[in-house]
Amino acid sequence: MSLLKKMSLAASIALSLGLSAAAYAEKIAIVGGQVHTVSSAGVLEEATVLINNGRIQQVVEGDSVPSGYREIDARGKVVTPGFIGAYTSLGLEEVSGSAGTVDARTEEHPISTLGAAFDVQFAINNDSSLIPITRIEGFTSAGTALSSTGQLFQGQGAVISLAGKFDSILKAKAYMQLDVSNGGADDNGGSRAAMWVAIHTAFEEAKFAQSYTMNPSADWHGLTTMADAKALIPVLNGQVPLFVKADRAADISQMLKLKLRFADLRLVLVHGVEAWRMASELAAANVPVILNPEYNLPGSFDQLGATLENAARLHKAGVKVVVGMDTHNIRLATQHAGNAVANGLPHSAGIASLTINAAEIFGLEEQIGSLEPGKDADVVIWSGDPLEVAQTAEQVFIQGKEIDMSSRQTKLRDRYLKRNKALPVGYTRP
Amino acid sequence: MFKPTMKISVALAVSVALLSGCSDSKEEAKSSIVAGIDTNPFPSTYQAIESKPVVITNVTILDGIGGKIEDGEILLEDGKIADFGSSVSSPSGAIEIDGQGKWLTPGIIDNHSHLGVYPSPSTRSHSDGNEMTGPVTAEVWAEHSIWPQDPGFQRALAGGVTSMQILPGSANLFGGRSVVVKNMPNRTIQDMKFPGAPYGIKMACGENPKRVYGQRGGPMTRMANVAGYRAAWIEAQDYKEKWDKYAADLEAGGSPDQPSRDLNLETLAGVLSGDINVHMHCYRADEMAVMMDVMKEFNYQIGTFHHAVEAYKIGDKLAENNVCSAMWADWWGFKMEAYDGIKENVAMVHQAKACAIVHSDSDLGIQRLNQEAAKAWADGKRAGIDISQAEAWQWLSANPAKSLGIFDKTGSIEEGKNADVVLWSTDPFSTYAQAEKVFIDGAIVYDRTQPNTWSVSDFELGQVAEGDAK
Repeated sequence: MSLLKKMSLAASIALSLGLSAAAYAEKIAIVGGQVHTVSSAGVLEEATVLINNGRIQQVVEGDSVPSGYREIDARGKVVTPGFIGAYTSLGLEEVSGSAGTVDARTEEHPISTLGAAFDVQFAINNDSSLIPITRIEGFTSAGTALSSTGQLFQGQGAVISLAGKFDSILKAKAYMQLDVSNGGADDNGGSRAAMWVAIHTAFEEAKFAQSYTMNPSADWHGLTTMADAKALIPVLNGQVPLFVKADRAADISQMLKLKLRFADLRLVLVHGVEAWRMASELAAANVPVILNPEYNLPGSFDQLGATLENAARLHKAGVKVVVGMDTHNIRLATQHAGNAVANGLPHSAGIASLTINAAEIFGLEEQIGSLEPGKDADVVIWSGDPLEVAQTAEQVFIQGKEIDMSSRQTKLRDRYLKRNKALPVGYTRP
Repeated sequence: MFKPTMKISVALAVSVALLSGCSDSKEEAKSSIVAGIDTNPFPSTYQAIESKPVVITNVTILDGIGGKIEDGEILLEDGKIADFGSSVSSPSGAIEIDGQGKWLTPGIIDNHSHLGVYPSPSTRSHSDGNEMTGPVTAEVWAEHSIWPQDPGFQRALAGGVTSMQILPGSANLFGGRSVVVKNMPNRTIQDMKFPGAPYGIKMACGENPKRVYGQRGGPMTRMANVAGYRAAWIEAQDYKEKWDKYAADLEAGGSPDQPSRDLNLETLAGVLSGDINVHMHCYRADEMAVMMDVMKEFNYQIGTFHHAVEAYKIGDKLAENNVCSAMWADWWGFKMEAYDGIKENVAMVHQAKACAIVHSDSDLGIQRLNQEAAKAWADGKRAGIDISQAEAWQWLSANPAKSLGIFDKTGSIEEGKNADVVLWSTDPFSTYAQAEKVFIDGAIVYDRTQPNTWSVSDFELGQVAEGDAK
């Protein structure tokens, strides 16, 4: 009997005994790599990561392994926590333009006047080819949300595991999205003068709705629908963070002033091309920033301050920086972070921008984002520095399981590398 | 290898002579009248910046055509690469630069840019790249849309880009003429035009023309796209025949009536004559194969398929037909025809002995094409395709220069070529490498260590963050 068969047999026994699959997961030691713990333990030049029951058991210095662990050699390699794709629409779209399934954009529906009620947790397609394509590059989880609603809010995002299982949601209703940049103003009265009044009104209504019995027979004449108001209550209370997309320094300033009206809001700035100009204010208000550090062009009049040093300047001022805004190529967030490092961000902050900082924004810092005991064993063995464009993820573990390092793209590659020229191409089955 | 066999017309013979010569703009203007028509009505007014000789020592040199020299030296003089190797003599008064730990390469040439036609800021009034009023608009020229104050030019310079091709967009079957420029933004587009570079034409396969014209009279399908190219070539053949006859009669001393001019057909006839290079946006392997048959049917040459996401599927056919592929390292999936993109595309095309080019099509991507090549090189290597860094640099300089018809002037480190080179802070296949000094025609046009010397566009003067680190 092959090992695999033995394992699956054992797994089915474990399941039939009522144990969860995770409880069965084997004990693995990732041995002797340069380990970036992304915790107070820092970077250990030679260390071993012990995995048990799908969780990190311990990170120990050196390369000696207690008995009972399957050893995976990582000497000469780099080991990090699984990276988190912070700001994506993974699982919501297969082909963005002119084709395929796109659940990342909504149209108007009577359930919502302001877009707050929309919830992507029901829309995730775990079979999307983007999931394996992304995870073999070292990304083990992601924030995923609508890219547009044409309304004031862009709905509620979720955090998903990229294990590809049907129950991939790590956290539903993980964040609410609001766009106060030019795009938001265009969709909401054509001017910030209209948009901001609408935002204030929406939150005032949510405040009122807290102590109001919301049911279909109730008398409700708000700007928001009942569903929107209900979705905004936990945002108002700071249970759900509010992701605010803004670039212009003045818009960022307005965003911060929102806290004067609604003190419990937990703000996260998204995009933030001119965020460095408000760095000390953002630091004082403890507002993290999700950005692409490569945006250095004045793409609009709201981005005149664009610079490659955005991430470095924010970090220096004490702002937590998260890198990772894309969907099909969220895997390139490593390169983006590398370019932030090339322009002044410390390397350790570059790694944190892809891991623990994102986990903290999502309120999942007890579960993912670092190599610390008790956390999910989302671990990546890299050929070298993950921020170097010429290096790659060699093996990825999600919740303690080695994932298959193939994707539709690697299969296409292998088919055409090994094509049997005597036969039509469909008969080459890599 | 496919070669056009059509008899070269008089017009072609003369215009090729002037386009490939290193003539200055005055000579060009003088000799550009062919059969009574000025073939160069918007001549280049580019002026190289005067410079002292430069000697760089102790530097790792990638010559861009497969050679690597450790601890090398190079002399740039009179705008040209005067000498390079293990040692060069330093003329008196030369600027001497210690290249310890640094790398020197030919300047990057992006053969697919929309800087200036889709500039920053991307307001609607700046959107000048796609003439979406009809599927065949070969009469429009990108140079008449380019805004030289696009700050994207300066950003690209900081990424080591010394020349680029600026193309119309891909909405149309025939989108119009492209132009090759030196990355030296100045007051006018003529100030940037690469002297002696041939024109190109932008053509497009697939989804974009279908999407734009599907509800507006067509083409609505790929089959109508192909019918559209063929109908246009038939017209162009007739037009060319008329003008060839006119030129021949004129040369024989006759006084024939001049046929009427048609700017659209004039450009298409220029392709049939072989003096305008074809740059065709084409993602899918099957469509590229159809286009190579259309090319044979009408006896012209496709120079380069752009965005050739599926080139890896037909590397052999591309090599056989002598067509270059300009590719991204890893873009994919943003539309159906980009769904089969793989990271090994560039390396697999190279392995098939076809001409591979790394291009940007992006005002951000153009700033770090070295990293795009590095990814493609590393991904190829992991798939068992062993290409040296020295060979891989062809994707960034020599091959795009060939695709643009300027390889006799730039695109490699060879004696006598334009001194368009980049001094990198370290191995340029690293994320952390910075273009430290960029030279165009021997002059230092960007020095990362001297922020007060950086070029700043009119648009950014007096705005927030003018002259800031970019």
